[in-house]
Amino acid sequence: MPADGGIGAPMKRREDVRFLTGTGRYTDDLNRPGQAYVYFLRSSVAHGKINSVNTEAAAAMPGVIRIFTGADFEGIGGLPCGWQVTDKHGQPMQEPGHPVLAQGKVRHVGDPIAAVVADTLDQARDAAEAIEADIEELPAVIDMKKALEDGAPKVHDDLTSNLCYDWGFVEENKGAVDEAFANAAHVTTLELKNQRLVANPMEPRVAIGDYDPAGDNSTLYTTSQNPHVIRLLMGAFVLGIPEHKLRVVAPDVGGGFGTKIFHYAEEAFCTFAAKQLRRPVKWTSSRSEAFMSDAHGRDHVTKIELALDADNNFTALRTETYANMGAYLSTFAPSVPTWLHGTLMAGNYKTPLIYVNVKAVFTNTVPVDAYRGAGRPEATFQLERLVDKAARELGVDPIALRRQNFITQFPYATPVAVEYDTGDYEATMAKLEEIADLSGFEARLEESKKKGKLRGLGVNCYIEACGIAPSHLVGQLGARAGLYESATVRVNATGGLVVMTGSHSHGQGHETAFPQVIAEMIGIDPSMVEIVHGDTANTPMGMGTYGSRSLAVGGSAMVRATEKIINKAKKIAAHLLEASEGDIELKDGAFSVAGTDKSVAWGDVTLAAYVPHNYPLEDIEPGLEETAFYDPNNFTYPSGAYACEVEVDPETGKVTIESFAAADDFGNIVNPMIVSGQVHGGIAQGIGQALLEGCVYDEDGQLLTGSYMDYAMPRADDVPYYAVDHSCQTPCTHNPLGVKGCGEAGAIGSPPAVVNAVVDALQRAGKTEVTHIDMPLSPSRVWAAMNQ
Amino acid sequence: MYAFELERPTTLADAIKALGGEEAQPLSGGQTLIPTLKQRLAMPSTLVSLTGIDELKGIKNEGGTLTIGGATCHADVAKDGSYPALSDLAGHIGDPHVRNRGTIGGSLANNDPSACYPAAALASGATIVTNNREIAADNYFTGLFETALDEGEIITAVKFPIPEKAAYVKFEQPASRFALVGVFVTKGANGVRVAVTGASEGGVFRWTEAEEALSSNFAPSALEGLSVPADGMIGDLHGTPEYRAHLVGVITKRAVMKAG
Repeated sequence: MPADGGIGAPMKRREDVRFLTGTGRYTDDLNRPGQAYVYFLRSSVAHGKINSVNTEAAAAMPGVIRIFTGADFEGIGGLPCGWQVTDKHGQPMQEPGHPVLAQGKVRHVGDPIAAVVADTLDQARDAAEAIEADIEELPAVIDMKKALEDGAPKVHDDLTSNLCYDWGFVEENKGAVDEAFANAAHVTTLELKNQRLVANPMEPRVAIGDYDPAGDNSTLYTTSQNPHVIRLLMGAFVLGIPEHKLRVVAPDVGGGFGTKIFHYAEEAFCTFAAKQLRRPVKWTSSRSEAFMSDAHGRDHVTKIELALDADNNFTALRTETYANMGAYLSTFAPSVPTWLHGTLMAGNYKTPLIYVNVKAVFTNTVPVDAYRGAGRPEATFQLERLVDKAARELGVDPIALRRQNFITQFPYATPVAVEYDTGDYEATMAKLEEIADLSGFEARLEESKKKGKLRGLGVNCYIEACGIAPSHLVGQLGARAGLYESATVRVNATGGLVVMTGSHSHGQGHETAFPQVIAEMIGIDPSMVEIVHGDTANTPMGMGTYGSRSLAVGGSAMVRATEKIINKAKKIAAHLLEASEGDIELKDGAFSVAGTDKSVAWGDVTLAAYVPHNYPLEDIEPGLEETAFYDPNNFTYPSGAYACEVEVDPETGKVTIESFAAADDFGNIVNPMIVSGQVHGGIAQGIGQALLEGCVYDEDGQLLTGSYMDYAMPRADDVPYYAVDHSCQTPCTHNPLGVKGCGEAGAIGSPPAVVNAVVDALQRAGKTEVTHIDMPLSPSRVWAAMNQ
Repeated sequence: MYAFELERPTTLADAIKALGGEEAQPLSGGQTLIPTLKQRLAMPSTLVSLTGIDELKGIKNEGGTLTIGGATCHADVAKDGSYPALSDLAGHIGDPHVRNRGTIGGSLANNDPSACYPAAALASGATIVTNNREIAADNYFTGLFETALDEGEIITAVKFPIPEKAAYVKFEQPASRFALVGVFVTKGANGVRVAVTGASEGGVFRWTEAEEALSSNFAPSALEGLSVPADGMIGDLHGTPEYRAHLVGVITKRAVMKAG
């Protein structure tokens, strides 16, 4: 490892200096000359027929440049969906249109009806209030099961029902699964909800459209996790702008958690309006708008059943899930409850037969899409709650029941279509027992009793699938995109490197971790490497960052490009050293001839590449710049075991997290400090889901949790110190770094640990009838469960 | 927010005069009013700031009575310490930003049903001093966001008799961290007083049954078997009326325990 930090060094994140000192450059920090502002008039009703939108008086108000309505987008494409799911009968999902501005009907509170562009934001807002929108309120469908009843109001009149798809996985296994249940010695059943969440990144969404008439070029500055994907979706499917005439820039982005993957109406609007008006148009979401326009997450209602034989071996698993799509299909929404959820239902266990049924439903609510973990937290929560319940019913130790059913041989082909390349679930469980001091629990239980508190212990495992791939497979599954990643590595004459990556950092620390990899490969200081991302004008076509894919896929592309660089540099070095290329070794930033003391420094070789006076011009070109695209041949499968201890106040139902331990296997680790930070953040979000967060609509579709007055976010005093460990490492077998992914693990693994712990506390207190409480486990819910 | 004129008087007399204007509204710490304006839910033509008036600020402890200027911020009350239970309450309102902007007069004039100060004023038998008169706390709180204040009347100070024993316990609503149920108990020259905030659809109230029980025995055990009816309690996504009614009992016991 280079002295100042290669692979494995816990380097502090270099980007944090600007993030923490107010010198970051976020989209809202950008302003274009002559910029106008847009304010969106949004629906205040969940479902309504638009009889008319009269903008005449509003258009005459001071500063108003133009008011757009749905009619201005007739003949222009709607927002596309990037994934087509095929139902259990082989039919494609029902795919409704998604206009940029509402046409004919409004379908959720927050659906944009009109967009006012004015010289100032206040003028735009004033004018929006003067718009006369005649909207006839229609009955709304909010509850998924009611939405599927005969005669239910339809969200989309042109569809046959509110059912998007009814998916069976694997449909051919259904008969065998049912038979295994018929023959089971024991069946455990659990019905639960995985509640709707609002992602709440610290930075709300922002979009600026800009147009240069001189070259007929459009630019969109936006808060995106994947600017190339936005360029393709918006350019090709919405606005008809070819990619060479469209640039998308996503500069510093203040958190995404999935909700900034998707292509949003506001992005298309600003790009469109800027060209129409020949003026830059800026939109900055308020926090209130974010609650009603950012794609939400989760929102599953599930019944799950586990069949066991007389020896407590899992013999079959069967699930039925209702997944809320909201009013429109957000970009990758259909894939979340299916391919990112059903494929994870084996978890860490060798259950031989699994059948997953998912009914995706349209309702008059904000669209739902991927949120940190995306389908995998839902799968893990069901399974790990269910296994806990089974252990309780059977009177066996929940850890022992898990161990007995662990997958131990790798590679392992699950009955749900994926192949785990590697893992060691026993190792992480053993590590967890150590770092969580599980043997000391009984003593801590006694201490809590003395304080009048109910203590509980929750343990669970998780398996993750990161870096979804390969492209040809996901194409067969309905993805309308590839899932490779790209990197261009440019070496400058004086030896410094610039990596232009298709990955996008919005808090993950790429600017620190990626250089560590190159530093290790070449033997130079990581400060010699600069990372450029987020601008389609100067990075190769990339798929962006989500699904814990950046290092495993984007990092691998960078490794491949760097390998090409090193190969070429060796040729140059061989020429300079008058040696055979095969004898050249690169170590500690110098090329040497094996077995001799002849060497040439990295910087001398790079200089020769750009000042090719003494250079093999007949064999190789000058310059030192290479690009690679990397398409993995499998997912990576991080896994781990988590433990949570809680205290419940029996008088109020309030739960406090007393300790939380996480033993993860992320394969090889480039920067353990960043990995710990990712785990900490993920667990905080998981604790948020378990105890605090929940997006609630009333039966008319009004958003009851439209601000932080009612939507509870986790705060520093809601979370404990974490004991985290990543020393169990089974390297990924198929990417060059042997890395897995760590961004979502914490959010996937932690909710069941918390809920298992609370149920355990109540069970120990004699509340044996409490076998489950739906999240969030607020004081009032826990109290109600104790006093049912 | 909509455009408005901002007046920044430095004397009470100028403030009263400015408030005589049409659609003029007083602005103290702005912890409720500013968010309301930002959401365009209010449209005053003039805001009269009270925080630049020295005579409305400050804390005096004289003869067992603590007098707090209406424009005194929570952080100053928290630091004062001469009425420990009150300082404790003030020190746990919102976060440091809120405590350094929000004022006692603003809080009492707004009378949010989940605010902390109304419980302190009612349980302490405080006197609300305005530019026109003095109002006993028992006659001041008239309902949800409703008070005995007249249009244009300003709280200039609040007088708290410092009791022998007192404590405030707040059970927080998980999102806003306002009081889901907050109980302030006092024992002093006025006897025992118990005021409950956060729970009732009618705003802050005195739990007289608890007061009677505690008058003869100021101990948590005196409250055994006592409860408030769920009828009339607030029900929302953070708690049913039954849950709030239950919490009133639990939190009152804890407040008595804390008062010692």
